[in-house]
Amino acid sequence: MTNAVTAPPVSPAAPGPARATGRSPASRAARRQELLHWIAVHSLGIAAALFFVMPFVFILLTSLMDDRQALTSALWPRSWNWDNYATVWQAPGFLTWWRNTLIYAGLGTLLTVVSSIPVAYALAKFRFRGRRIAMMLVISAMMLPPQVIIVPMYLFWAKQMHLTGTLWPLIIPMAFGDAFSIFLLRQFLLTVPNEYLDAAKVDGCGELRTLLRIVIPLAKPGIAAVALFQFFYCWNDYFGPQIYASDNPAAWTLSYGLESFKDNHHTNWNLTMAATLLVMAPVIAVFFFAQKAFIEGVTLTGVKG
Amino acid sequence: MTILHGHSAALRSKRRREGLRTLAFLSPWLIGFSVFFVYPLVSTVYFSFMKYDGFKPPTFNGLTNWTYVFSQYPFFWAAMSNTLWLVAIMVTARVIFGLGIGMLITKIKTGAGFFRTFFYLPYLAPPVAATLAFAFLLNPGTGPVNQLLGDLGLPQPGWFNDPTWSKPALTLLALWGIGDLMVIFMAALLDVPKEQYEAAELDGAGSWKRFRYVTLPNISPIVLFAVVTGVIQTMQYYTQPIIAGKTASGVIGAGAGQIYEPGYPGKSTLTLPQLVYTLGFQRFDTGSACVVALVLFALSMAFTALLMRRRSGLITVED
Repeated sequence: MTNAVTAPPVSPAAPGPARATGRSPASRAARRQELLHWIAVHSLGIAAALFFVMPFVFILLTSLMDDRQALTSALWPRSWNWDNYATVWQAPGFLTWWRNTLIYAGLGTLLTVVSSIPVAYALAKFRFRGRRIAMMLVISAMMLPPQVIIVPMYLFWAKQMHLTGTLWPLIIPMAFGDAFSIFLLRQFLLTVPNEYLDAAKVDGCGELRTLLRIVIPLAKPGIAAVALFQFFYCWNDYFGPQIYASDNPAAWTLSYGLESFKDNHHTNWNLTMAATLLVMAPVIAVFFFAQKAFIEGVTLTGVKG
Repeated sequence: MTILHGHSAALRSKRRREGLRTLAFLSPWLIGFSVFFVYPLVSTVYFSFMKYDGFKPPTFNGLTNWTYVFSQYPFFWAAMSNTLWLVAIMVTARVIFGLGIGMLITKIKTGAGFFRTFFYLPYLAPPVAATLAFAFLLNPGTGPVNQLLGDLGLPQPGWFNDPTWSKPALTLLALWGIGDLMVIFMAALLDVPKEQYEAAELDGAGSWKRFRYVTLPNISPIVLFAVVTGVIQTMQYYTQPIIAGKTASGVIGAGAGQIYEPGYPGKSTLTLPQLVYTLGFQRFDTGSACVVALVLFALSMAFTALLMRRRSGLITVED
C-alpha cells in the first residue's frame, strides 16, 4: 500500500552507457553490447516521442497558416500568421467560455474537495457497521456512466429546480461529495499512520480538530491530486454542458464552445487548430507546475492491496 | 452490579456518540448518493415502463420500450457490437501499448524525465480538443497523416469517414492518450523485486523468459486492473466518438436546423451513452432512453463487481 503512493523514482541521469572498466576482450564485448542496448532503447524512445509529439507539432503549424493554405495538404506554413490567435481570442463568446469554464472548474473543485474530505476520512479511519458496503457503493457510483441517470436528472433540474441553461446542475452536486475524489482520498488517508491520530486524541483533540489540524496537513499531496483531477474533469467535461447549457450560449464552457467554434469556422482549420491549442494550453501549463502531484494521483488510482 | 450497569450505559452512550459522529462525517455523501444516484436510478427504472415525451404526462406502456429497443430500434445492436469491438481491440491495444511504453520508460537511462513528460502529455489534452485535432490530422483528403502515407507510397485510409477505419482511428486517438496506463505500469514495473531478475539471469533466462516468468506474474494484478477499468471506460465512451463522427460528417450548426445523429459513418461510431443522448434529448423518447441507460447500468456494474471481487483484490475495500 505504502509503495503505491511513492512517485516513480527518476532514474539517475547516467551520461550514456555505464562505463565499463578493464580492457579484456570480454569486457569490451560486454561494453559494446551495453552500448547497442542503449542505442536500441533510446531510438525506440525517440520513435515513441515522435508519435506523442507530432500531433502537437502539426496542430501548431496548421494554426499558423493562412486561411487558404490551411485547406491544402501543405505541412509547413508559407507565412506565420500569429494573429490567428488574436482572431480566436476575440471571437464572439470565447472569453465568456473561458470565464464559465473557470467558474465551473474552480467552484466545482473547491466544493468537491471540501465535501469529500470528511467522507473519505470516515471511510478510511472510523470503524462502523456497513463500512465495507459504503465503500462498495462509493466505487459503484464512481464507475457509473453519467448517462445512466441523465434523463431523470435533467427532468429534476429542468422541471423542479428551473436551473437548465446554467452550469449549476453540474456544480451543485459537487457540494455533496464526488465518488472518485472520495475513493482517491480514502486510499491516500489509509497511508496516514493511526499513531498520529491517537496522539492527537490523547492531547484532547476531537475528531473535527484532528481532521483539521493533523489529517489535512498530512494529506496535502492527496488533496492536491484530487483537486487537480477534479479541475481537469470539469475543464474537459463535454457531456454535462451539452445537456444542461446547450440552449444558452452565455453558459457554454470551452469544451462545448470549441465544438461550436469549429462549426462556425468549418472551413478554417487554422483557426480551429489555434482554438484547440488555446483550450489545451492551460491544462498543460497546470501539469508542468504540478507534475509530481498528478503522477502520484494516477499511481494512486492503480493501487494494489 | 450497579458498577457494571453504569459501565455498559457509558459504553452504549459512547457507541451512540460514535455513530452520530460517523453519520455527520458521511452526511454530504449520504445526501449526494440518495439524491444523485438512488433517486434517479429508481426514476430511470420507472420511466423505462412509461411513454413520456417530456411534455405530456407519462403514461404506462408496459414492455413496449423494452421490446422496441431490443428488437426494432436499428441502432441498439450496432452500438452493442461497436462496444464489443472497442472492448476487444481498443482495450487490448491500450493495455499492450501502455505496458510497452511503461517498460520502455523504465529502461531509458538518459533524459528519462524528458521522455516521461512527453509520453504523458497527450493524456491531458481535453477530449474535445484532442478529437478535433485527430479529425484534422486524419482528414482523408488533406490531413498530414495521409499526406505522409502518400509520400511513402502507402495506402491512405478514409479514417473517420470510412466505417471500417473509424474505430481504428479512435483507437489511435486512445493510444495517443496512454499516459495514465503508462504511469500505472511504470510504478508496477519498478516494484518488481530486482533479485528475481538476477536469479533468472543466473539461470540463463533470456529477455523473453525474464518477461514471461518474472515480470508478468509480478504485474498481472495491474494488467487485470487495466483491463477491467478499460472496459468500464469503454462503457462510458462518449465525447471522442460523438465529436469525431460529427466533425467527419460535416454536419454543422448547433440548433441551426441541422441535427447530427450520432454514429457517422454508418453507425460505426455509435456507443450506448450516445444512444441515451439521441433517444432522450433528440427524439424525446424518454422511455427508450431509460431502457438503454439500464442496459448500460447493468453492464458497468457487472464489470465493477469483477473489480471488487474479494479474491481478485484489485480494489481493496478493506484496509
